Amino acid sequence: MADVNRGNRPLSPHLTIYRPQLTSVTSILTRITGNAMIVAALLIVWWFLAAATSPEYFETVDGIITSMFGDLIMALSLWGLWYHTLAGVRHLIWDNAIGLDLPTAYKLGWAVVIGSFVLTVLTLLIIA
Amino acid sequence: MVQLTLPKNSRITTGKTWPRPEGATNVRKFQIYRWNPDDGQNPRVDTYFVDMDECGPMVLDALIKIKNEIDPTLTFRRSCREGICGSCAMNIDGINTLACIYGMDEIKGDVKIYPLPHMPVVKDLIPDLTHFYAQHASIMPWLETKTNRPAKEWKQSIEDRKKLDGLYECVMCASCSTSCPSYWWNGDRYLGPAALLHAYRWIIDSRDEATGERLDQLEDPFKLYRCHTIMNCAKTCPKGLNPAKAIAEIKKMMVERTV
Repeated sequence: MADVNRGNRPLSPHLTIYRPQLTSVTSILTRITGNAMIVAALLIVWWFLAAATSPEYFETVDGIITSMFGDLIMALSLWGLWYHTLAGVRHLIWDNAIGLDLPTAYKLGWAVVIGSFVLTVLTLLIIA
Repeated sequence: MVQLTLPKNSRITTGKTWPRPEGATNVRKFQIYRWNPDDGQNPRVDTYFVDMDECGPMVLDALIKIKNEIDPTLTFRRSCREGICGSCAMNIDGINTLACIYGMDEIKGDVKIYPLPHMPVVKDLIPDLTHFYAQHASIMPWLETKTNRPAKEWKQSIEDRKKLDGLYECVMCASCSTSCPSYWWNGDRYLGPAALLHAYRWIIDSRDEATGERLDQLEDPFKLYRCHTIMNCAKTCPKGLNPAKAIAEIKKMMVERTV
């Protein structure tokens, strides 16, 4: 190939045209839940910190965290925690170079998704 | 690095709609990525209509029909038309595959065709694979031996030969590497599924005597370990191979040799 216009070549489209796959969606969700849990952990630390500071401060923060909005954040974080845990177990299995054939990988993927919802509901039923 | 949007010169515009075939009843709509290096314009998506009653069953049949009968400037690579040369790899209906062995009956709705994702485009559906081939060359895709050459040939048991099944069939079409988000974001340093599948093919070859050196070469935060088991590679491979598994095997060997 001659050096024709090599500098100005466009980049072909990627994320916007590639069809999402179960495996790619479960993969990016692992990363998203992992990062989102940092936020949830910070909220809980804030809660404890307020409890150690003063009764008035605790009341304010407790009000936020146990409000409807706070409950929603905590319930979602609980799902994130279960999801991330199960996805982590799936990675442990994969690290042994097993379960990587597509039918098994898909079964594991669905197990992580369905399992995370079932365990979240179970946890909510037990603690709420 | 992760860059979700396309650079300015790569943003896609709406292109030309070519006339429908006259008198055809079974017409299918094709939306195809076009870029001409000579007119200084951004890429565009052109719309074509193909008479399915007068067209072969595969996506490549339609592309050749468009080139022959509607628009001779449409540019794409093709050669064997039976899935063995790997030339016509492109993104069809959202996944990377070979146009010659992908049936149009597998596609619902309009047929959308783009070049392999996140690659520099030479023209229309032709990506620049220079870097991809250089990465393949970097894993030493040949038999490395140290002992003296045997009188006749390097022998291999039937069991050892079996280990190469599912690896040697790769036709280097680049579908897998260009389906991999890790390769999109770090393709400059991450070798990608195709090169790593080939690396593993030589690592486990019983006749090869450079296994240690091969593993040493891959012991790198980017070359091997940017694989996060997203598995787009295995899902998209038109030959049904599983690069994700090959990469996991290499990672496992890396651990095993240190413990």
